[in-house]
Amino acid sequence: MRMHLPNSAFLGNIDPFLRTFDRSNPDVLEVSANKRWISVHPVVISMIAALSLGIRRSSCEKLEAKSKHYFERMGLFKFLKVDSGMGITEHEPAGRFIPLTQIKTSDELTKFIKDMIPLLHLSPNHVEPIGYIVSELVRNVLEHSSSKQGAILCAQFYKKSNTIRLGIVDCGVGIKKTINVSHRAKTDLEAIRLALIPGITGTTKKEGGTELNAGAGLFFIKSIAEVNRDFFVVYSGNAVYKLLKRDLARTIKLHADPFKDRHSKGEDYPYWQGTTIGIDMSLDTKEEFTSLLDLIRDTYSQAIKERKKQRYKRARFI
Amino acid sequence: MKKIRLFRVVGSFAENKDLARDIRIKRIVPALENNEKIILDFTGVDSATQSFIHALISEIMRRWGDDVLDNVYFENCNETIQKIINIVVEYMQEA
Repeated sequence: MRMHLPNSAFLGNIDPFLRTFDRSNPDVLEVSANKRWISVHPVVISMIAALSLGIRRSSCEKLEAKSKHYFERMGLFKFLKVDSGMGITEHEPAGRFIPLTQIKTSDELTKFIKDMIPLLHLSPNHVEPIGYIVSELVRNVLEHSSSKQGAILCAQFYKKSNTIRLGIVDCGVGIKKTINVSHRAKTDLEAIRLALIPGITGTTKKEGGTELNAGAGLFFIKSIAEVNRDFFVVYSGNAVYKLLKRDLARTIKLHADPFKDRHSKGEDYPYWQGTTIGIDMSLDTKEEFTSLLDLIRDTYSQAIKERKKQRYKRARFI
Repeated sequence: MKKIRLFRVVGSFAENKDLARDIRIKRIVPALENNEKIILDFTGVDSATQSFIHALISEIMRRWGDDVLDNVYFENCNETIQKIINIVVEYMQEA
């Protein structure tokens, strides 16, 4: 496999990076990089780290870009098990970033969230959604991905845009296989769509879900991004769904069907075995988490009513 | 009336579904089977995920029906937690 760290790859312009992913020779991971400057979303780093686990050998060309120390601090070379040759003093991470972290159990996740919140130095109104996003996304991996490696994540605070960017990745069975236990998605894109609709879970066909799964987690995360007017990307199999930034002037309306949101999508990407999720969260947002919950409640309730209505028996007029 | 103090088990951010399931199976269900009323006390809990609340109460609503809400009380919930509980309670009744 081959991945190239480009000059720039954030959620808004991530497509070229995803398309350069070369899956040939799956036992080996080769990482190359832009020579001058590399500035990438944490999801890119999480993807490379996740790929490096469970393979025979990783290699990374000697980085020349001025920003190379960033990857050392994020812990990428430790995951790749390659010597970067950079003898830098690691900075105290408080207030800046969460380095690459592997989470394999529920208890590890609980501990991680507890430790993570002080690291980011967030105000109380931002702590709630960030903790929420990490908990729900990592639990999805632990419960549904069947990945022995668990979830790989990292995050970075960007002062200029006052945004936290987060990437959570697994190399498990992927969304299509998980959803198709109880539903019928013919394509990876259709599976992503179903996974984002509230009340649809791979664990059961029943409305209301099972004792442990309601099928609401990804809908909540997408809603947080939608309300905050942020990017949100899901990549699984050969499909990518990207929630696009919304016009600030437009009133907020959540949709149960992700294809009704402002988005882009494609199903001709190099196959990603597992699930990759990238999200941005602007800290400028004034919207309170509790206001978001009102919107979610209305949209969720409406979605269930509409699904029930679809199952109504129809009068037959002859 | 049996009071279950959640903070002691789950901390200030209630997100661990495994703990929610344990509380339900070991404490809530036996009390309901004994026809006891229950208070779920959220004192000290600042936030919760929908997944946690779902794991805590959805199964008892499925087993005892909506009337179980006459025997389960939610105490000292802040606005966020109240709203998440309402979301779960509503979709379980609508399902």
